[in-house]
Amino acid sequence: MATPATPLGRFWITYKESKVGVVALGVVAVILVVAILAPLIAPQDPYDLSRLSLMDARRAPGHIGTGGYTHLLGTDAQGRDLLSAILYGLRISAQMGLVAGIVGLSIGATLGISAAYIGGRTEALLMRTVDLQLSFPPILLALVLVALLGQGKAQLITALVAAQYAYFARTAYGAATAERRKDYIEAAYGTPLSRRRIVFRHLLPNCMPPLIVVATVQIANSIALEATLSFLGLGLPVTEPSLGMLISNGFKYMMSGRYWISVYPGIALIILIVSINLVGDRIRDQLNPRLRR
Amino acid sequence: MSETFLSLDAIIKRFSPSLSVGDQIAARLGAKVETRSVHAVDDVSLSILRGETLGLVGESGCGKSTLGRIAAGILPATSGTASLGGEAVMINGRKTTTEVQTVFQDPFASLDPRMPIGDIIAEGPITHNLITRSDAKSYVGGWLERVGLDAGFAERYPHQFSGGQRQRVAIARALAMQPQLLICDEPVASLDVSIQAQIINLFLKLRRELQITCLFISHDLSVVRHVSDRVAIMYLGRIVEIGETETVYSSPSHPYTRALLDSVPKLVLEDDALVELRPIVGEIPSPLDPPAGCSFNPRCPMARDRCIKEEPQLRAMGTGQQTACHFSD
Repeated sequence: MATPATPLGRFWITYKESKVGVVALGVVAVILVVAILAPLIAPQDPYDLSRLSLMDARRAPGHIGTGGYTHLLGTDAQGRDLLSAILYGLRISAQMGLVAGIVGLSIGATLGISAAYIGGRTEALLMRTVDLQLSFPPILLALVLVALLGQGKAQLITALVAAQYAYFARTAYGAATAERRKDYIEAAYGTPLSRRRIVFRHLLPNCMPPLIVVATVQIANSIALEATLSFLGLGLPVTEPSLGMLISNGFKYMMSGRYWISVYPGIALIILIVSINLVGDRIRDQLNPRLRR
Repeated sequence: MSETFLSLDAIIKRFSPSLSVGDQIAARLGAKVETRSVHAVDDVSLSILRGETLGLVGESGCGKSTLGRIAAGILPATSGTASLGGEAVMINGRKTTTEVQTVFQDPFASLDPRMPIGDIIAEGPITHNLITRSDAKSYVGGWLERVGLDAGFAERYPHQFSGGQRQRVAIARALAMQPQLLICDEPVASLDVSIQAQIINLFLKLRRELQITCLFISHDLSVVRHVSDRVAIMYLGRIVEIGETETVYSSPSHPYTRALLDSVPKLVLEDDALVELRPIVGEIPSPLDPPAGCSFNPRCPMARDRCIKEEPQLRAMGTGQQTACHFSD
């Protein structure tokens, strides 16, 4: 069998050896598609307060509501169709996770690679700051920042990025210090190529594999962190319920038998986080030279 | 042909340990922290004439690769200058010329694994405007064929090649920059013996075609004898002997050179008798703490008091080479 020439092609050949990995990737893909298409799929627009009816509040799964359709997963205290709310909630969670992950990756990778490449005082200063921050629990930092910045998507993303960029910086720094000693970097100095070119065309691409693993895991962590903040009431405004807020809204009805308000969003959140983590684990195993046959 | 092309002038290279903040404080407070620096290259002056190939020989750790990297403009020297045709190779830690190119020892490490080899070869020439982007394909194809590879390989990645093929790619990358001086840093040391011969022959062919000057660094005495016009022997950061290849091999005048030549296994046995190998006694001393006087004195069979006190300088021998030994003639 001919091995595909591109790194991505080779990556997929080994990736698909793990059934769990493929299924998890499939689940993530389905969730992303569903999240993007939520306005088209969802039976109800859960943000349109004029469409909600208190007549439908806290109905069990299977109830046929005033809108004329079946609430497959029941409704919440405002009479929102839970299925629709979950679809929209996934959309927000995935969006928050991805944006925070990508921004965190960009900032963290820039800091980590600069520190490794420049060296000296800059390196010491940057990496000690990162170490200091890694010793704080991210949730604490995010809580403080959200409390300071206030509510809103941009504020929440800022808090998530600030809480997590340090992980990317650490990883990028570790990868870059190992790579920059290799002969191909010396060869680039010997040509000579510009520093900019060495960093962006040679160093960065070779530091990407571990960063992609961390990015996958950190996206899942961002989603969990956002859900936690929303659960604590510090996340997004009530008019745009994310999964964390749905769980929090249904929490007080748990004991009265209306389990669905909290449980279904909880299950959706767990499926999302677990499958992203499984994808991350699979990529990490694949890139671990000791596990390679 | 006798004009000096590459000139290394009083090159010194020390590597100081990079201390962490904690170690620096500990050192200030008098704790035992290693602060001595490694003398990798210790006052070496050397010149290469236009068109010749100079072989640089020594045991591992003697500083020959470091010297090669300084000549190639990859490492800055602690002091001294490397200049090519009168112009410094490096100014303020930045390489200023494309006339020197390097072929590295390990072709598995010297090619960026995430770049197709065509891009690896074309990158330098495009950056330095030797070719335009639209010419790149035919230019790269031409070089691939000259080093004995198929022009259609340009799209492939380094991992798809064997060690010998990768080294051909590395040679093509260096020569595609159209250098005047090629530095080969142990170019065959990590290859199988059968492949070594192919690469050496390729190197000899290209050197003839391109009339290129060459610094050939190796620990393999027979390879160096095969390719070099002159040879320099390095020991612990210093040149101990330099001269015409045949002179040095047939009448070595430094005890280290003699010991080195004696320690090579020979295929032809004289008089059917078993030729006894005479390995050099002892280990190479630590470059952190080089011995006083002649650096070879702890291992030298002829060492005397003077060797421990006084450092020998290179001086001309009757046989034509220059040797740094008090007692050679």
